[in-house]
Amino acid sequence: MNRWIVALIVVAVALAAPFAIYPIFLMKALCFALFAVAFNLLLGYTGLLSFGHAAFFGMASYVVGHAMTKWGVTPELALLAGVVAAGLMGLGFGYLAIRRQGIYFAMVTLALAQMVYFFCLQAPFTHGEDGIQAIPRGNLFGLIPLDEPHTLYYFVLAVFALGCAIVWRAVHSPFGQVLRAIRENEPRATSLGYRTRHYKLLAFVLSASLAGLAGGTKALVFELASLTDVHWHTSGEVVLMTLLGGMGTVLGPIAGAFVVVMIENKFADAGDWVTILQGLIFVIVVLLFRKGIVGEAVDWWQRRKAQAAG
Amino acid sequence: MASVFGIPLAVLMGQLLLGLINGAFYAVLSLGLALIFGLLNIINFAHGAQYMMGAFAAWLLLTIFGIGYWPALVVAPLIVGVFGMAVERTMLRRLAKLDPLYGLLLTFGLALVIEGLFRQQYGVSGQPYQVPSALQGGMNLGFMFLPIYRGWVVLASLVVCLATWIAIEKTKLGALLRAATENPSLVRAFGVNVPLMITATYGFGAALAGLAGVLAAPIYAVNPLMGSNIIIIVFAVVVIGGMGSILGSVLTGFGLGVIEGLTKVFYPEASSTIIFVIMAIVLLVKPAGLFGKAS
Repeated sequence: MNRWIVALIVVAVALAAPFAIYPIFLMKALCFALFAVAFNLLLGYTGLLSFGHAAFFGMASYVVGHAMTKWGVTPELALLAGVVAAGLMGLGFGYLAIRRQGIYFAMVTLALAQMVYFFCLQAPFTHGEDGIQAIPRGNLFGLIPLDEPHTLYYFVLAVFALGCAIVWRAVHSPFGQVLRAIRENEPRATSLGYRTRHYKLLAFVLSASLAGLAGGTKALVFELASLTDVHWHTSGEVVLMTLLGGMGTVLGPIAGAFVVVMIENKFADAGDWVTILQGLIFVIVVLLFRKGIVGEAVDWWQRRKAQAAG
Repeated sequence: MASVFGIPLAVLMGQLLLGLINGAFYAVLSLGLALIFGLLNIINFAHGAQYMMGAFAAWLLLTIFGIGYWPALVVAPLIVGVFGMAVERTMLRRLAKLDPLYGLLLTFGLALVIEGLFRQQYGVSGQPYQVPSALQGGMNLGFMFLPIYRGWVVLASLVVCLATWIAIEKTKLGALLRAATENPSLVRAFGVNVPLMITATYGFGAALAGLAGVLAAPIYAVNPLMGSNIIIIVFAVVVIGGMGSILGSVLTGFGLGVIEGLTKVFYPEASSTIIFVIMAIVLLVKPAGLFGKAS
């Protein structure tokens, strides 16, 4: 069974990675990868471009930060609170945004997310420009302290795997089939008797909740929840990760997230050049390879196979 | 001193004027967005960056070449317009047959590049730009003090919007443009050079943004971030108004500016979010926008 061997290798690499690579980098990449996977559920599988996903990511990180510092709960409960907050926000935003299609959908989500940004700038519990700092990581289930980097890494890896499994399950289910039908041709899906609005809203809420899971986990890893996480720039970043990796593929957003986070780490001292480089990547990907890294690789692989066969 | 609901009249009028000025920028910017959207079917995310470029062009013309405000009012939008046409020719044109979302993503990338380059070069502190000597000072209107430059901005924006409206609704070129918006291939069959028209329209929309930037330069500091700060609000304005009609965009722009100004007086905490709240309400009540056609 070829597949099982590949899966085993992937698991082994994921488990061994923190011994070879700086764990904080890995955890950051995993959080953003989960964020991008959640986002791709909307863009890649439902055809909805949300330009405001930072709102869910950032708000969940604030909620987790607040729950850990002020309520003193265990990390899994704090994460749950973050996910619920993001999901409820997703319900509200989704309900508003799906009233418009295409380009308007993108503008509505962007505007709503900007509203959240201003809210976070002013609300007392977010501590404005300072953000919530020195968030304690606490003990998982009240038992396992998360402060040791390798323990934390395995926890983040487990969260990431759980999130991906949920998306994988959703995409490879009748529900996912309907989402793809909506992406390809919404009026037709409607005419077949599907309440496309319900499906879109459900996909939105699921995507928002998982984005919240990613944001909350990031708050635990960096012990920080700040305005950066709710800024439109973060919304743009997750679009970039998904686009660069390949939207509509399962692996694409993960690959894209790793590349983008790698670039950020590499050029961390170069300041604005990171933004410029990200902008250039946007332009190049849109003009030259719209399927993204993974999409193009799959295409190339299939062409080669077809040639070999024929 | 006269007051309304316990607010001194002068303060109220001052905020109203500020609201009108912001509204003027919303109107000019959403007008350009609507024009571009009509013909190219894309949302120009780089619109804010082009607005910022207009302000910087004016500032650079002054500091490097000593070219003052009045010539800059013409030259800076021209520069931005030519830049826009180059962008359309080299990049946007290749996306014409694709999902319009790609146009949004491309212009978003462009906006990041432009903003990043200016930030890299000039920092984020902002450069001061003098109010031209002819427009300095103010007038005492009895109930309030009107800085002449601010009055000029409102007036100039109104004239620009009106001129654009006349050009599109009352001239032959405008009629062609409207026809091409409805059905480009048919207009093309009549021998009209539609691709040229698309390039010119994008250039004109960008130039409008550049003009707004020059007008804004003496009021706000010339700052690389000024574009991204305003563009998201303008998107909300466009969602509220719908992009169906020119007068609609202009009215919505000015109206929302005034509402924002009034919010600053009566409930300052909400002044930065009020437009987004209105957008949410409009989406609930009239999803197509106040002046939009139902899709």
